[in-house]
Amino acid sequence: MAFKIIASQCTQCSACEFECPTGAIKFKGETYVIDPNKCTECDGYFDTQQCAAVCPVPKTCVPA
Amino acid sequence: MSALMISLDSLAPVSSMDAMLAKETSGGCASSSCGSSAKPDDMDLAIWEKIKDHPCYSEEAHHYFARMHVAVAPACNIQCNYCNRKYDCANESRPGVVSEKLTPDQARRKVIAVANEVPQLSVLGIAGPGDACYDWRKTKATFDDVSREIPDIKLCISTNGLALPDHVDELAEMNVDHVTITINMVAPEIGTKIYPWIFYQNRRYTGLEASQILHERQMLGLEMLTARGILTKINSVMIPGVNDEHLIEVNKWVKERGAFLHNVMPLISDPAHGTYFGLTGQRGPKAMELKALQDKLEGGAKLMRHCRQCRADAVGLLGEDRGQEFTLDQIPDEVAYDPARRETYREAVARERGDHAAAKQAAVTTVKGTEANGTLLVAVATKGGGRINEHFGHAREFQVYEASPKGISFVGHRKVEQYCMGGFGEDATLDGVIEALEGIDVVLCARIGDCPKDSLIAAGIRATDAYGFDYIETAIGALYAAEFGLELLAESA
Ligand code: SF4
Ligand code: SF4
Ligand code: SF4
Repeated sequence: MAFKIIASQCTQCSACEFECPTGAIKFKGETYVIDPNKCTECDGYFDTQQCAAVCPVPKTCVPA
Repeated sequence: MSALMISLDSLAPVSSMDAMLAKETSGGCASSSCGSSAKPDDMDLAIWEKIKDHPCYSEEAHHYFARMHVAVAPACNIQCNYCNRKYDCANESRPGVVSEKLTPDQARRKVIAVANEVPQLSVLGIAGPGDACYDWRKTKATFDDVSREIPDIKLCISTNGLALPDHVDELAEMNVDHVTITINMVAPEIGTKIYPWIFYQNRRYTGLEASQILHERQMLGLEMLTARGILTKINSVMIPGVNDEHLIEVNKWVKERGAFLHNVMPLISDPAHGTYFGLTGQRGPKAMELKALQDKLEGGAKLMRHCRQCRADAVGLLGEDRGQEFTLDQIPDEVAYDPARRETYREAVARERGDHAAAKQAAVTTVKGTEANGTLLVAVATKGGGRINEHFGHAREFQVYEASPKGISFVGHRKVEQYCMGGFGEDATLDGVIEALEGIDVVLCARIGDCPKDSLIAAGIRATDAYGFDYIETAIGALYAAEFGLELLAESA
C-alpha cells in the first residue's frame, strides 16, 4: 500500500512533498521519492492521494 | 550637472563609493534643485514613500535600486500553459527558472550576503518557482528571518492568487506592502485555454470550473489587499490570439478593484523550454505588438513598462542578474549583516535623485517647448543611475524612451544578445541586435565603434555616443530639440 514517483517525469516542483500528510516524500539525490514505509495512500486523511492530485504531470505519482 | 559619472555603477567598491561621496560634497551643491525630491507631482506622498525604493513599482527607482528573489517556494497549485519549472539553465532568464531551491535559512544567509555586497539592494521578493502564497510556510519563515536582521528591507511576493485570500491578514501583519498577482483573464472561458488545472482545497479542478474558481479567488484577493492599503501589481501574460484583446477588459477590472500597476508581459514561448505553449507552437507577441496593446491600455490602470521577466532567483538591478555570484556554495555558513554600504549608497542616491529629477524636468520642458509634433523612439544603453553609461557592444538590453509633444516617457526595453565579446564584434549577433531595435530612431550609448554604427545606419537606425554619461532625459531632450526644433526654425525661416 504505497505510491511511487516516476522519476523521469517528475518536474521536481516539490508540490507533493508539501501536501503529503505522512511526510513520506523527500528529495533524494536527483528527484523526489516516496518512502513506502510511511506512505498510507492517504488512508485516513483524504479521499484521494494528495501527491497524485497535486502533481502537475499526469501519471507521475502512481501506485507502486 | 554634477560630475557623478559611473559612480552608481553596481560594481563600485566601497572605496570608490567614498570617493564619489567626497567628490560630490566637495563640489558643493551646484544644482538649484538641491533637496528637491523626485516625487512626481500627481502622487500621494504616502504612496511615494512606499514605492520610491522599489525598482518594480517605480520606473524612476529602477535606475537606482535592486531586488533579489529567493527561490524558497517551489510548490505550485496551478498549472499554466506557459510555465515549465523543470527547465534550468544559467543563461535562461524567465520567470519560473531557478538554479537552486533554498530553505528559509539558506535564503536568510543569501540575503545577508547580497545586502553586504550589493548596496542597491532594497527589495526581497519571493516569486516562485512555485507559488509564494501556496508554499506559505516557507515564504513566511523566510520573511520573518530576514526582516529580523534587515528591518528596512522591503518584502514583496508574487502569486497566482488562488491561495492569496488565505494569507492577506498575515501579509499585512508582516508589513508586506507589495504584492503581485498574475491575472491573465477575467472570463473563465479564456482561462481554460491558459490553465489546464488548479489544485484547491485538496482537490484538483479542471476546465471551466478551475478557471472560475481561480478568477473569483483572484478578485477577492485583490479587493482584500486594496482594503488594507497594500499596493498591488497585476502581471498579465500577453498571449496573441488567446487573451491579447481581452487584457483591455482585465485592465478595467483590476483598476476598479484598486490595482496600483498593471504589467503586461509578452509570452515567452520557445519549444526548447518544453512548455505547453512552446510545444504547440503558440507564438509570443513582437515588441511592437506589445507596445501597441500597452498604448491601448493607457488611461486605465497605470502600466508598468520596465519589467524584465526575471528569473525566480535573480539578484541585482533590473536587467542585470548577479545570481551566479551568490550561489549557495559561495555563501558562508555564518554571515553577519553590515548596513554600512547600503546606508552610504542611499545617501548618495538621495542627492543624485534630486539632481536627476531637475534635469528630467528641464528636458521635458525643452521637448514641449519645441512645439513640434514629431515622435522620436530612442534606445539607451545604460547600467543604472539614469545615465547613458554603457558601451553599445556591452549592452544586454536597451531601454526605450519615447519623446513626443507629451514629454519624455519610458516605454519599455529590448533584450539583445551581447554583441561584443572580449573586444570582438560578431556580425551575426549584430544582425540580431538590429532586428531587436526595429522601429527605433536613435540609439544612445557611452561608446560605439564605426563598424556597428555604419551597419545600424544601413538599417535606418542612427547611433551616437555624443551624449555619453549624460542623464538619459537630458540627452533625449537635446536630441529632440535638434531634430524637430531646428526643422521648425528652418521651416519658418
Ligand atoms: S499517497 Fe498520500 S501518503 Fe502516500 S506519498 Fe502520496 S501524499 Fe503521501
Ligand atoms: S508533484 Fe509531481 S512533479 Fe512535483 S515533485 Fe512531486 S512528483 Fe515531482
Ligand atoms: S519580473 Fe518584473 S516585476 Fe518581477 S522583479 Fe523582475 S522586473 Fe520586477
